[in-house]
Amino acid sequence: MEHIRTPKVENVRLVDRASSKKAVLGTLYLTATHVIFVENTPDTRKETWILHSQISTIEKQATTATGCPLLIRCKDFQIVQLVIPQERDCHDVYVSLIRLTRPVKYEELYCFSFNPKLDKEEREQGWMLVDLGEEYKRMGLPNNYWQLSDVNRDYRVCDSYPSELYVPKSATAHLIVGSSKFRSRRRFPALCYYYKDNHASICRSSQPLSGFSARCLEDEQMLQAIRKANPGSDFIYVVDTRPKLNAMANRAAGKGYENEDNYSNIKFQFIGIENIHVMRNSLQKMLEVCELKSPSMSDFLWGLENSGWLRHIKAIMDAGIFIAKAVSEEGISVLVHCSDGWDRTAQVCSVASLLLDPHYRTLKGFMILIEKDWISFGHKFNHRYGNLDGDPKEISPVADQFIECVWQLMEQFPCAFEFNERFLIHVQHHIYSCQFGNFLCNSQKEREELRIQERTYSLWAHLWKNRADYLNPLFRADHSQTQGTLHLPATPCNFMYKFWSGMYNRFEKGMQPRQSVTDYLMAVKEETQQLEEELETLEERLEKIQKVQLNRTEVKSKQSEPGRHSGFSTSDNSMANTPQDYSGNMRSFPSRSPSQGDEDSALILTQDNLKSSDPELSANSDQESGVEDLSCRSPSGGERATSEDSSKDRDSDEAVFLTA
Amino acid sequence: MRTGRAQAELLLGPEAPRLRGTLCVTGHHLLLSPGPQDLWLLLLRNVDSIEKRVAGESGTITLRCKDLRVLQLDIEGVEATLDIARSIEALSSLESVITSFPFFYRPKGLRLGDAWHFHPPESYYKRVARETKAWRLSEVNENFSLCPSYPRAVIVPRAVDDKALALSARFRQGGRFPVLSYHHARSGTVLLRSSQPLTGPQKRRCAEDEELLRAVLAGARPGAQGFVVDTRSAQAAKQARMAGGGTEAKAAYPGWKRLHRPLERGRPLQESFVRLVEACGDLEQSTDHWLSRLEGCSWLAHVKEALSTACLTAQGMEREGACILVHGAEGTDSTLLVTSLAQLILDPLSRTMVGFQELVEREWIQAGHPFQLRCAHSAFSHARPKHEAPTFLLFLDCVWQLGRQFPLSLEFGEALLLALFEHAYASPFGTFLCNSEKERCLCEVRSQTHSLWSRLNQPKEQRKLRNPLYVLNPLALWPSVEPQSLQLWQGLFLRWTRPPEPPEVAWEKVWQIVTEKRKTDDSQPTASASEPQP
Repeated sequence: MEHIRTPKVENVRLVDRASSKKAVLGTLYLTATHVIFVENTPDTRKETWILHSQISTIEKQATTATGCPLLIRCKDFQIVQLVIPQERDCHDVYVSLIRLTRPVKYEELYCFSFNPKLDKEEREQGWMLVDLGEEYKRMGLPNNYWQLSDVNRDYRVCDSYPSELYVPKSATAHLIVGSSKFRSRRRFPALCYYYKDNHASICRSSQPLSGFSARCLEDEQMLQAIRKANPGSDFIYVVDTRPKLNAMANRAAGKGYENEDNYSNIKFQFIGIENIHVMRNSLQKMLEVCELKSPSMSDFLWGLENSGWLRHIKAIMDAGIFIAKAVSEEGISVLVHCSDGWDRTAQVCSVASLLLDPHYRTLKGFMILIEKDWISFGHKFNHRYGNLDGDPKEISPVADQFIECVWQLMEQFPCAFEFNERFLIHVQHHIYSCQFGNFLCNSQKEREELRIQERTYSLWAHLWKNRADYLNPLFRADHSQTQGTLHLPATPCNFMYKFWSGMYNRFEKGMQPRQSVTDYLMAVKEETQQLEEELETLEERLEKIQKVQLNRTEVKSKQSEPGRHSGFSTSDNSMANTPQDYSGNMRSFPSRSPSQGDEDSALILTQDNLKSSDPELSANSDQESGVEDLSCRSPSGGERATSEDSSKDRDSDEAVFLTA
Repeated sequence: MRTGRAQAELLLGPEAPRLRGTLCVTGHHLLLSPGPQDLWLLLLRNVDSIEKRVAGESGTITLRCKDLRVLQLDIEGVEATLDIARSIEALSSLESVITSFPFFYRPKGLRLGDAWHFHPPESYYKRVARETKAWRLSEVNENFSLCPSYPRAVIVPRAVDDKALALSARFRQGGRFPVLSYHHARSGTVLLRSSQPLTGPQKRRCAEDEELLRAVLAGARPGAQGFVVDTRSAQAAKQARMAGGGTEAKAAYPGWKRLHRPLERGRPLQESFVRLVEACGDLEQSTDHWLSRLEGCSWLAHVKEALSTACLTAQGMEREGACILVHGAEGTDSTLLVTSLAQLILDPLSRTMVGFQELVEREWIQAGHPFQLRCAHSAFSHARPKHEAPTFLLFLDCVWQLGRQFPLSLEFGEALLLALFEHAYASPFGTFLCNSEKERCLCEVRSQTHSLWSRLNQPKEQRKLRNPLYVLNPLALWPSVEPQSLQLWQGLFLRWTRPPEPPEVAWEKVWQIVTEKRKTDDSQPTASASEPQP
């Protein structure tokens, strides 16, 4: 709290980004964890909550006649523009926020103060929901070829790896330690996924310290051991997910990649996924495109193309597809690495696992997948997502890209996933939110030292409790097409990768489909179930009635039932919206553009609803009929536009119409 | 006329199995019978371009169809290949309407003459008459003498007599004087369409035409303003004066203001379509390359413009309470695009299965969109485009975008839009034949061919065409026209290249969920009904 200079500023305006002329007046509060904006409108008093940890940048813009604008960009892609009347207040808020959004100690993060009112036992149970030991058992381990190794107990060999790992049975502790010395940050080859149908596996590691000519016998034997753990296969694939040029440059630093001559029976393969710096810039460029004000189709497509974002997504998918095919179709084991083996390697291994194993396409399975490939294997959440103040060059949207890959797959296979888009969006939100302990720190070791499980709550339990919100009604576990490996078409359909406006423009509700098929179908399903239950009770009662004498029976609850049918359909069809700016770039129009998505244009992440579920995107329940909307227009803005425009272009009646 | 017969192998798509059998060209079809029971059949009129290659003892014919499918035929024998190619070439480009297949097509279960009287303007007038008395049905065009591209009956202001209409018609290109397109009962305003006025360089005027538009405002909600939405740029409209056309002068039409919303049409639109289909067929390009090609063909930009203009028109009516007249030059293309989309946005009835069919019939077919000329060739033809333009396809694409943003508000699904696209370009039915009602009358299309609508309304077809998610939405649909909200219509442009199974599996599941609900709904009342009264 000591960092908050001004806890409350009145008469602040929250600017609607869809139409800059529209703004709501309210009060701004700064708390230890949130920025809160409360509208003055007496009946609604709508609140906008922004977590400090979600704030990515704060920009103080040039003072205007109306006040000092403050632009807040969030890591979940929300952009909030506030106008603060007094320059002094604005400066105070700015300075406070700069400090608040850059915590220096883990203890400052929200999860250490967040209390969802669960007792100790519930919290512990929450942490036990995802059990990696069970997961390896599900894969069919240990078996004749793979065993659990305690070589990394107390993180003695590698401090960014989990303490419990599966390695080939023939790999002795001596071999592992030897191999680890030849790998960047001692991240030796370890099992990531075992495909029990044909014994092929996916292993992961970091790059070898091969330089131009160095060799390591143990490392070479380690790769042999992996191959032998897949009896009957003649070789393994070694997939380096970096562009070849990057890998070669690493050789000069004493790192590099496996030399096929030194390792017997390997097939080496580069798959060019760019590094974290390229990805960070690419996202930045794409977000600039998303921020453009009424861009033309051409501006948008050009910008999207120039950002390279979808090309990077495709590269990650291609790598995943390559590995999944090698494992399922060829029955060949694959060792995957990049530089340190905690970014691209995590992305690629989990995409491949998702393609291979339907279990990971369920709600629970997806949590396990993230826990296994990302959390346990030391993906540096703290550095990548900037939870603590740190080197900005470490920040990169690695997990965001993986989440997008999942979405792209969901778009192509609408029935293959048990969870829906909302689930992905909420996972992304919480990777940055620091509200739960799961994604804290850079490794298991750090999390243990910090006693995360004793001091914070688990996101998985929270999501699991609200799983009804996250189910995909179209999920068909029983269908042949969604069982087993997902088969992508043989021809590389580039146009299958689409811009994900549900993620990157998700706070611009007006851009999203106004009616949600998912919510509708879930409601239908739920109602069907209720009706069936009612039917059952009615039938039971009917039986009873027929048994008991008629005139003795009192039927009580008859009146309650029929209402429900109609109640459902009417509630759904009131979904409507209001027109937006259809006039192109005409300056006269924005004043007219009524309250598009008025009800929920801003982030509504109040603490209350976070406790139950995260409804900021729960449904597009725009209930406006839009008829009264004309009153929202700002008359002054309209008039000014009229005079300006009519003087400019007398021939056309543009302005008159627009403000008529 | 040659016909051919040969042994051949047919490849339907990149992942489809090959069919082998006897190939045969008949007057209207290409037939292949892989087995005694099976018959694969292609309407020759569907062939957009044909490419033949011979090597050694066999040949290959690649057929690119108007519905964007690409077929490959491997044929035994060089002579047979050339023969068949020549036959297909000759038969697929026949232009005579009355010898076309619809005049010979006699499907089981359908009766000639059915559904032809399903949607004429008369039936729409009945609805208008219930809502307002300011309009009347005029049969001034009974024998197509006033306007060859209008139907026999049109809806006009009650206050204007037929004589005035005749004079107004002479002042408008092709005789297309302003007629009612849609009456918006909620706001008491109307949507009209016409062609450009023939003001010419001398800025001619026509008292009757001015009177007509004055009567429109007088019959609308008191104080209503009028707006002319010209689908050309201000400059293009001005230039049109040199060729005798032009646009409404402000002074001549008090109460009416003009807006210019240039929409692409004609050859540039056709080229945009051709380039898009070309890009969609190129499976080798990288993702980035793909985006720049998508940008380069501008198709989505045209979708955005068309939707924006329709939204602006609808907004003017519903929000500003204004009457709107839409026209470009001829008033048979982008004009119809705007008026039909605006109705879809405003009118819940036009979003039903029947209402949408009526809309297409009334605002496109009967309103004189020259289907025969516009849809003579699709995206593959090597012939220089003359009058071809995919305006109707652009309309269907916009409807699809609307359906994507409001997935519960259209009673029909994507399948209906795909069917309309296919049949507009090549069809065994007579519905999309000819360029106008006048031509259809001369060719006796109504009595000699079957109507597509009667096929589409068969219960078996309906199940495929309906949107199981539909819930009546009484409000206007205001779509987002931001680039982020508009998508390539994969179901059409990638229909034959993307794997069809995943969307089909999803569709089945949607039906299953909705049908289960209906079943329980049905059983519920029976259960309660059988409950004895206390």
